[in-house]
Amino acid sequence: MKRALRQISWTSLILASFGFIGTLLIAGTEAITHERIAENHRQLLLKSLHTLVPKERMDNDPYRDKILIQAASLSKNPTPVYRVRKEGKPVAVILSPVAPDGYSGSITLLVGIYLDGTLAGVRVSSHRETPGLGDGIESQRSDWILGFNGKSLHNPTQKGWAVKRDNGQFDQFTGATITPRAVVKAVYKTLLYFQTHQEMLFNTPTATATATAGNDHE
Amino acid sequence: MSDNAKIFREGLWNNNAGLVQLLGLCPLLAVTSTVINGLGLGLATMATLVLSNSVVSMIRHVVRPEIRIPVFVLVIAAIVTSIELAMSAWLHGLYTILGIFIPLIVTNCAIIGRAEAFASKNNVKQAALDGFAMGLGFTLLLVVLGGMRELIGMGTLFSQAHLMFGEAARGMTLHLMGEDYRGFLLAILPPGAFFGMGILIVVKNLIDQRRKDKVSSLATIKVVVEPAQPPATS
Repeated sequence: MKRALRQISWTSLILASFGFIGTLLIAGTEAITHERIAENHRQLLLKSLHTLVPKERMDNDPYRDKILIQAASLSKNPTPVYRVRKEGKPVAVILSPVAPDGYSGSITLLVGIYLDGTLAGVRVSSHRETPGLGDGIESQRSDWILGFNGKSLHNPTQKGWAVKRDNGQFDQFTGATITPRAVVKAVYKTLLYFQTHQEMLFNTPTATATATAGNDHE
Repeated sequence: MSDNAKIFREGLWNNNAGLVQLLGLCPLLAVTSTVINGLGLGLATMATLVLSNSVVSMIRHVVRPEIRIPVFVLVIAAIVTSIELAMSAWLHGLYTILGIFIPLIVTNCAIIGRAEAFASKNNVKQAALDGFAMGLGFTLLLVVLGGMRELIGMGTLFSQAHLMFGEAARGMTLHLMGEDYRGFLLAILPPGAFFGMGILIVVKNLIDQRRKDKVSSLATIKVVVEPAQPPATS
């Protein structure tokens, strides 16, 4: 009995110490890489923000000038909003709506909107659409997504905010209508949201740096 | 020395983790849409195998048999998580492409399979070598399959090489099928992975069969020659 007990405790001790060593290893790596990973995220995001709103038009750091909003028409979950300013004056916002109705799951977008309500541009930040068909929404694969540049709620009017098959203005792809349809719809909803919430989007103060860093999307 | 050669032969060909043991098929089939993706995941898997094999071999006398599996899992999970963090820090572009498949290396049966079948019974040097050979065999398979699918599916090779080798490698992409090639979608989609894998297994088995035939035909000649002699003398 005693022997069995000793064996059991010895075995659990070994198991526990491996758990401990493993945790130490991971914690150590985390500590070393943490800053670099955060910086990578920042660079990646800034790069895509700069493709939407040219560098010359901003002098703030949109990565830090960020709020989280909860808006049912944009996404089920809170989404980040990056504010672009120059000399303290608002220039544009970059929202990241989620189109829930892609061909295979949701499509996350980055939508830049200037103060006057025209689109600075749209980019896809993540999707799982069919390669070769639906992935034409990626700017690396086709120029389709650039077709949004300069558009607004008045250009085209509401009827035009659909793919051509639905009598709208935007091209679909051969063999893939669902994907562009979902993107067009999400961009339109984002413009509507901007129209009604413009003030709030620019004027909400950023939460403390730690709170936003903790909520970093990943 | 011949021991080491045997370890290599096993890892690269005779007992190839993907082609023969058919282990780790999930990441193998999922990420091999391009050469670079295959290479990235292959190298990450290789690093994991070398490290996990070495550690498992080091601790093989300490760990009681009853708890060896949980300990191996702990060791492998810790190593993979560290590699994942390191890749996110230093190879961020590749990391974003491989995504979920880096943490999923934990579930690659080839890794715990080698820990259990080889590393827990051999010394550290041999275990590390086995991890290297198995990882190399797996990487080569991923690269070949990725190359086949990328070439047929998109007409390119080494696209997005800059994610792995930096901006200088942007020009490495080869457009082998000409600029007008529209691509063959099936090769990029998941079924293409199964077809490609099947073809590779067939090719390997054909090569093995041919070798075996050669050996056995030599053997039969011997058998034929010997009985042929007595009638000649009598």
